[in-house]
Amino acid sequence: MSIFSRYRLRLARKRWLVRAFRKRRELKPAAVRVRSIKPADILLFSTLRNERVRLPFFLKYYRDLGVNHFLIVDNDSDDGSREYLQDQKDVSVWHTKHSYKRSRFGVDWLNWLQMRYAHDHWSLVVDPDEFFVYPFCDTRPLRALTDWLDASSIKSFAAMLLDMYPKGPIGAQPYHEGQDPFEIAQWFDSGNYSITRNGHYGNLWIQGGPRARMFFSDAPERAPALNKTPLVKWQRQYAYASSTHMLLPRGLNLVYDEWGGEKASGCLLHAKFLDTFALKAEEEMLRAQHYANSHEYKAYKAALNDSPDMWCKWSEKYINWRQLEILGLMSKGNWA
Amino acid sequence: MSVGIVMLCHTALDRAAQVARHWVDRGCPVVIHVDKRVIKSDFDTLQTNLSDLSNVRFSGRFACEWGTWGIVAATQAAATIMLKEFPGVRHVYLASGSCLPLRPVSELVAYLNERPRTDFIESVTTADVGWTIGGLDLERFTLRFPFSWRKQRRLFDGYVRMQRRIGFKRKIPAGIVPHLGSQWWCLTRQTLSAILEDPEREEIDRYFRRVWIPDESYFQTLVRRYSSNVESRSLTLSKFDFQGKPHIFYDDHLQLLRRSDCFVARKIWPHAKKLYRVFMTEEGAGQAAAEPNPGKIDRLFSKAVERRTKGRSGLYMQSRFPNENWENGKSASPYSVFEGFAELFENFETWLGKMTGTRVHGHLFSLDRVEYSGGESIYNGAMSNSAAIRDYNPKSFLANLLWNTRGERQCFQFGPADNQEINWQLAADPNATISVISGAWAVPLFKSNLNFSEIRTEAARLQRLEQAHLTILRSPWTKARSRIWNLAEFVENPMEPLQTIVDEISPRALRRLTDAPRMTDLTGFGQFLQNLRNQGMQPVLMGDFPVSDDLQQHAARRGRPYLVK
Repeated sequence: MSIFSRYRLRLARKRWLVRAFRKRRELKPAAVRVRSIKPADILLFSTLRNERVRLPFFLKYYRDLGVNHFLIVDNDSDDGSREYLQDQKDVSVWHTKHSYKRSRFGVDWLNWLQMRYAHDHWSLVVDPDEFFVYPFCDTRPLRALTDWLDASSIKSFAAMLLDMYPKGPIGAQPYHEGQDPFEIAQWFDSGNYSITRNGHYGNLWIQGGPRARMFFSDAPERAPALNKTPLVKWQRQYAYASSTHMLLPRGLNLVYDEWGGEKASGCLLHAKFLDTFALKAEEEMLRAQHYANSHEYKAYKAALNDSPDMWCKWSEKYINWRQLEILGLMSKGNWA
Repeated sequence: MSVGIVMLCHTALDRAAQVARHWVDRGCPVVIHVDKRVIKSDFDTLQTNLSDLSNVRFSGRFACEWGTWGIVAATQAAATIMLKEFPGVRHVYLASGSCLPLRPVSELVAYLNERPRTDFIESVTTADVGWTIGGLDLERFTLRFPFSWRKQRRLFDGYVRMQRRIGFKRKIPAGIVPHLGSQWWCLTRQTLSAILEDPEREEIDRYFRRVWIPDESYFQTLVRRYSSNVESRSLTLSKFDFQGKPHIFYDDHLQLLRRSDCFVARKIWPHAKKLYRVFMTEEGAGQAAAEPNPGKIDRLFSKAVERRTKGRSGLYMQSRFPNENWENGKSASPYSVFEGFAELFENFETWLGKMTGTRVHGHLFSLDRVEYSGGESIYNGAMSNSAAIRDYNPKSFLANLLWNTRGERQCFQFGPADNQEINWQLAADPNATISVISGAWAVPLFKSNLNFSEIRTEAARLQRLEQAHLTILRSPWTKARSRIWNLAEFVENPMEPLQTIVDEISPRALRRLTDAPRMTDLTGFGQFLQNLRNQGMQPVLMGDFPVSDDLQQHAARRGRPYLVK
């Protein structure tokens, strides 16, 4: 990589940081308990809008893993999400009415909060429908993973987005509050992912899964990206460049081995395809606040009208992380 | 006679205190060294925590940066205190703050009492160690290392390189034969005091002070000078990963640790509550008093190293994306590619499937859709049959197919009418077996209902593509096994090549082919080729196909297949 392009990336990073700094005024503290954050705490960052029904399980899942504090940006929910979060002892909430799109889909807001609060912490950035799974997550808490990453001098940890879906039409089984969403969305695609390397940022670009198969089979290049690096030992000079797909400095994107070996990695189980999805797709279409003119949601909307079944006979039923490891979707690396 | 424990601590002091208490309660005096870099308040807490125990001492504190002399100095200081303050101690056991006794202390004491003069220390000559990282073994003793490996890696590496180039060598003092080994040992009072009270110690220390990672060589080397009975192994169970960093044990390793029959394990995750609870209370009671055998659990850890360094062949995923030619196996399992067979034989796919018991697909890279076996629209791993998805990333498509079906051999048809982007991937893969009947693409044209001018253009295009493909297969970079027949020679004698192909796919089924696939009727094909020639196109890939229909009739007459042994 030439000095020139290195310098350009440095400028890009600085620009994201300045942008995040400027956007800080858009965030109004609703219930901020950041004083209770202790030096070694694991922090979780999230942006959400109208996710009230998902929140109880979401918080419980990550508390059980060992997340110590949640820092959440509420993008003007009107379903009681904010009120619910304000009552939680380990949650800090900021409220904003500003445009999700113009904060680069929440990245600017979270970059600011991370810059401010996550310095020297392990920080996990997930959406309320993403559930982090890593090697040995059934027997070892998140802290075991971060301690091991620290000891191995690894600064960032990859977790690919794995779309989960129910058998039968998406809306057939209603999700109720507090329920494990994977009781409904139990299925996933095990081996239809396409991978290319992004030479500029050094990250892998992964697409595929049921969304590419169902909604983008004639325009696969428009299928959403699935590569994510949600867990990072954050430093205030770091910045997410595009959602959690890419980071700067680019060394943080090198979460894969290039010489034939396997690095450790996890998965983000994506509980998007529940009965709440149709409603969401409708609303997001109207708000037009999503990536690339919400073309993703347009595609869903078109396909959803004939209530599709994403399930096929080759779908895999989710059991545990070991299954994902055997299927080659994630790896233990040299963690034993 | 008892065992004295020297503990080197730098983190998780609460766990260290818990373990120290465990040792002392069971009659083993403990000397604790705490890294100088630990802040004072933590150290004070540890001291007050253990103040009720009479058999605990704290030694002078040294900064123990990894790879430097500090660790040896700390060990020396603590061991000196141990020998001086506890005259009843016969064996001194060096442990760290994150070590955990796995077997009852009484068993360790009994074990050592049975071997009163044995020194347990891994001590191997530099020529014989295989585990040093970065290629520094004898050079640890002959070069200088003024820079920190952790913080000044570039300077460290550069300085080593420079010394190698200049040919710099430190002189190893007389009487010292460099040995290396695990840092964790158990020595007898006699040996240890001989090392510590050596009249030349000052000189030896001065030499070792500049040796790289002296904690893995100081005692290991000196023990050879004094000990009469060295047992070259460590009593501490300790596993290392590919970077030379110790594996950490967690709650889910409980059964594994029990099975190892080792006395002490390193290193335990400080929050492994269950491990500490079990081994600090029940003391692993009820176990047979077996010889320590770390080999029993080696497999798990050597597999982890292998996974990290070699990975699973043919897997491309988020944390394994090898550079070209570093894949360590381009694809997951062997597969066969057939070109021209489905054109020449009417029922080739079903025939081959029956003969070899493998999965036979149609043209996977056909331009309009992916022709999976049995006409499936979705295949193993939920792969789509959309040509657009496949063509978006043909390399991933093939890798996925072979990974998803690993364990079952895949066969598929290919030809110049298909997407050619996969050409090099196929040719460069040693797992691929490619069988080509060149020129067979002309058969569907011959049977088609197109206007002759269109046929002529299409024939010219396909011939050009196949020619390019064959050039690749014949290039010196091709790793795939390929066999190329031209149409004329294949038609003349089809059974021999077919027999070879079937034998190759299922080598154990050594039997003659009784059932041949049905060859399509080629009457008039020679004339068809002649017509192409007459129109100014030169079909060359079919070989010498006679204008009259002699050839095929000749072949058809032969009827039964034969095999020359």
